[in-house]
Amino acid sequence: MNPGEHVTEIVIFTVLFLVVSGMGFVAARWRRPQDLASLNEWGLGGRNFGSWITWFLVGGDLYTAYTFVAVPALLFGAGAMGFFAVPYTVIVYPLVFLVLIRLWSVSHVHSLVTPADFVRVRFGSPTLALLVAITGIVATMPYIALQLIGIEAVLKTMGIGGSGLLSDLPLIIAFVILAAYTYQSGLRAPALIAFVKDILIYLVILVAVIYIPARLGGWEVIFGRAQEKFAATPAQGDGILLNANNQLQYFTLALGSALALFLYPHSITGVLASKNRNVIKRNMSALPAYSLLLGLIALLGYMAIAAGVKPIGTDNNTVVPVLFDQMFPDWFAGIAFAAVGIGALVPAAIMSIAAANLFTRNIYREYINPQATDAQEAGVSKLTSLVVKVGAVLFILLIDPQFSIDLQLIGGVIILQTLPSVAIGLFTRWFHKVGLIAGWVAGMGGGLVLLYNISNPAIKHAHFGGSAFPLEKLGFDTKMTIYAGFLALLLNLIVAVAATLIARAAKVPDGPDGTSPDHFTADEGDPRVKDLELESST
Amino acid sequence: MPGNDRDRSPWYWLLLVPIAVPLMTFLFNAAEPTLLGFPLFYWLQLAFIILGVATTTLVYRMTR
Repeated sequence: MNPGEHVTEIVIFTVLFLVVSGMGFVAARWRRPQDLASLNEWGLGGRNFGSWITWFLVGGDLYTAYTFVAVPALLFGAGAMGFFAVPYTVIVYPLVFLVLIRLWSVSHVHSLVTPADFVRVRFGSPTLALLVAITGIVATMPYIALQLIGIEAVLKTMGIGGSGLLSDLPLIIAFVILAAYTYQSGLRAPALIAFVKDILIYLVILVAVIYIPARLGGWEVIFGRAQEKFAATPAQGDGILLNANNQLQYFTLALGSALALFLYPHSITGVLASKNRNVIKRNMSALPAYSLLLGLIALLGYMAIAAGVKPIGTDNNTVVPVLFDQMFPDWFAGIAFAAVGIGALVPAAIMSIAAANLFTRNIYREYINPQATDAQEAGVSKLTSLVVKVGAVLFILLIDPQFSIDLQLIGGVIILQTLPSVAIGLFTRWFHKVGLIAGWVAGMGGGLVLLYNISNPAIKHAHFGGSAFPLEKLGFDTKMTIYAGFLALLLNLIVAVAATLIARAAKVPDGPDGTSPDHFTADEGDPRVKDLELESST
Repeated sequence: MPGNDRDRSPWYWLLLVPIAVPLMTFLFNAAEPTLLGFPLFYWLQLAFIILGVATTTLVYRMTR
């Protein structure tokens, strides 16, 4: 594509992008903290966000640019399977409701910032906390990288970017700006930008789902053309309905992704920044409004089929931007592209903050400088957030974007292995720390072996070709597939139970539990929450 | 503060409904009946969002 045809789009995209970046820098003064030099302020925005800010922040956090680009791309390529994103985002809220309010309480009583902090207090094991922290950082990196893919897809459609080092320059500039204002303002930046992002996204999607079907001849035509396309392809797994072999995958992928989502450090950051338990509960009933949006966004993939969209090169991620480019007048396409681009900035900022907090609290303070002051912690986190972003940019420059959704699925398999320590640990202290460490090792090892053995003929990869593991490789006589993360988690749990029983029988000393049952239900205004704030972060 | 059993309200069990129902593929893996041109697979799963909102709202009101 030629950038000359896209001048209007490029101008509108650039202007909106710069306005939002300006907001990111100003955000440091928003809700005026006395001092940004502590993790509570820089990394959690003062832990004082009410219902509205939390709604925008968590929504901006969970529904990312990748969602807008990769989920429709999945429907475009494979059909019904891609719709797993809808049940996944329906079941995640009741799960968060049940689990993360307990994490909120215990974190406020003990001034915890990260999930690994919790594991440290609960199981008295720095080793287990380190494993949880490393898992979080490793799983978050490709997720940040995915956000860049959203921006990249838009840039490609406008005829800038593509291949070669110089053409990556716009992407690098966008990320340098993002890195600079995250460094300056911390969590306040994405919280403020999330307002603009959401207004733009809602506007674009509402227009898209009314205007595009009307131009294409209605929903019946859209679904009909999608069905014709899948019927004509030689592949067995696609279609606008599930088949006998991928229903188990659909079920386990939706459940596994939901369990993984709230274990990601960035979702926990958003939840911990809220003011009290009721803010979280109210949000869990209001956040599904985004899921409706997501369902409609997913169907953009079928609209692209019906409109005869051809992806740029082999990059299916470009189908939505190309659809917008074909369907909308230039000025509105520019707004739509800006929505996707800005949609990438919010989660990328929160994710890099969360990963940086993990490094600071669970590696720097635990192993390098145990006497770190609040200001030192904030300083280290700010620097780490820059390093994490550089890592994410390298991911994009060095790895084929075709992998975007698979990368995220692999991250999901990895982060799921912290479920026994973090999520189950919120309810019971039954597991022995040795059991949890053994389970983590087994789940992680098993998960990577499973992923290694998944091939994807469509993109000519013999290994790491996705997350759908064929059960016949385990000796079952079937063509069914299952989500690899689900199997790995089962293995993790079985090993954790067995190793716990063995460790108890062998009288291996367990770590001390720093919590008591009432810490898991404490709320704002509770004397315990106040008292422990005075003790600061010890 | 009202004791340790704040998280023991029976209302919380209701949250298992919007977790379990959207995962039952046999409920919605069909094209008919269609609604406004949407096959059952798509409109029913979107309708589960309403089920999720209703349940979480109810449990929030009963446990706050």
